[in-house]
Amino acid sequence: MDKFILSGEEKAVFALRSLYKKYGYAQYKMSKFEEYDLYAKNKDFLVSDNVITFTDTDGKLLALKPDVTLSIIKNDKDNPDSIKKVYYNEHVYRVSKGTKSFKEIMQIGLECVGAIDDYSVVEVLYLALKSLDEICKENVLDLSHLGIVKSVLDYTKVSEMSKDEIVSCLNEKNLQGVQKVADYEGLDEKRKALLEKLVTVYGSAQKVEEELDFFAVDDNTKCAVESLKGVIASLKTLKVIDNVRIDFSVTSDFNYYNGVVFKGFVSGIPTSILSGGQYDNLMNKMGRKSKAIGFAVYLDEIERLNEDKEEFDVDVAVQYGQISIEKVNVTVSKLIGEGKTVFAGKTIPETVKYRQLLTIGEE
Amino acid sequence: MNKILNVALPKGRLGEKVYYMFEKAGFPCPTIKENNRKLIFENEEAGVRYFWVKPSDVAIYVERGAADIGVAGKDILAEYKPDVYELLDLKIGKCNMAVASKANFVDDRRKTLKVATKFTNIAKAYYSAQGRDIDIIHLNGSIELAPILGLSDVIVDIVETGTTLKENNLVVLEKFQDISARLIANKANFKFKSEQIEKLQKSLAEQTENL
Repeated sequence: MDKFILSGEEKAVFALRSLYKKYGYAQYKMSKFEEYDLYAKNKDFLVSDNVITFTDTDGKLLALKPDVTLSIIKNDKDNPDSIKKVYYNEHVYRVSKGTKSFKEIMQIGLECVGAIDDYSVVEVLYLALKSLDEICKENVLDLSHLGIVKSVLDYTKVSEMSKDEIVSCLNEKNLQGVQKVADYEGLDEKRKALLEKLVTVYGSAQKVEEELDFFAVDDNTKCAVESLKGVIASLKTLKVIDNVRIDFSVTSDFNYYNGVVFKGFVSGIPTSILSGGQYDNLMNKMGRKSKAIGFAVYLDEIERLNEDKEEFDVDVAVQYGQISIEKVNVTVSKLIGEGKTVFAGKTIPETVKYRQLLTIGEE
Repeated sequence: MNKILNVALPKGRLGEKVYYMFEKAGFPCPTIKENNRKLIFENEEAGVRYFWVKPSDVAIYVERGAADIGVAGKDILAEYKPDVYELLDLKIGKCNMAVASKANFVDDRRKTLKVATKFTNIAKAYYSAQGRDIDIIHLNGSIELAPILGLSDVIVDIVETGTTLKENNLVVLEKFQDISARLIANKANFKFKSEQIEKLQKSLAEQTENL
């Protein structure tokens, strides 16, 4: 097949769908619209709170989906004792940060909902890493554990306002910002050091693993550290640990997420293209007893990776003059039969780049 | 693997100062000192490429990944909130974000306060934290003119020495945020060039320790 037929985005979609299917994830199709109410109730869960809305014929306020996860949870029965694995491949509509206007983004992702155990968490992380591999071999998955961040923050007993400030500094890897808040809160050296360490710890899982014990200062922190260490050990056994970096700058809203959260990057794209985590708290907020974990891959930036450019639009441009249609047909069919691409016309537009020009019939 | 590190420097005196700090940190590029109008300078051996951009654009180059790292003022970062890492306070280019007005100005809290500024978001955040109703007037330059001509009651702007304010009979009512130059990095590129960036960050931290 012509290697240029599929765009980078399309290739990725095929590869990822086949990957998720192998692991028993079923495709979940849904409508483009959803009742606006769902998003109004969970505004902070959305990446941006701008949603395209319109009124349906019966007066209901609908929205073009800005997110898929919420719809999957809403439309599914709560079944905390069993496990449901689905993947989706849908367009979502969000405001792009740069242009401040709405944009259609192709998103592919998966959700694992129900009786989530250690295996499910590791499987989702494994699939996230494999997804990045499918898109570009040079990739990094930043892995954080909100249990650690939250229990360390609780341990330092800083005010809620300072907590927000610390999380925002953490997100920027802003060490001096965190130190400023710690001083403002009058924290002792031990507590300040814990916060500083949250910002500065960064690196391959192997390198950083030992340092994690530094955070194990009480029962809650110990439990969270053990949980992350368990995940790291499993990823090691699966031999996919090389591209994992431990990085607590990956933060998400504590009201929705808990446990592992992660972001994936590939060389050549300046933003994260994969984002996910465990969101039991969101399930809880929506009245569900199930736990859940999932991730989404944003495919709109992938075209940047496609370095191969087609030099020509077609192999042969056939310019015909006074000649019968049959003769033009024969020439074109013959060329196509030889595996060539053809553009036939009385005149060949200047914008068409061809390898060879064939003139038939008198002008 | 040694990849070229792309650095966006703010055009002007601050940028020159920053360059010398980077040079000291092991990222020299002698051609940049030639007095010409070129915008890009590369030293393949040292693995670095510098380019001069308008100071307020540095954050855009870095956020969009055209530059891996750059140096931008905290004022720009606070105003535009680009999604980048803020790795280090370089402790140079120090100044303050401040509210200023005519010397005889008395704040009447019964009225909506008219605020002229280049930093709309910073001003909004500052006054909304106080629950104050304001009317923002966005200007691109010569902010000091606004209170003098009655266009606004106060201005929110950067104050360095205060000379411009003084010469225009304006006074500082409150300095509310310290501003200085910060080392920023693109979040994705940081992962793939972390070794070089961390080396640079470490040296810059040592250089600025006693400032």
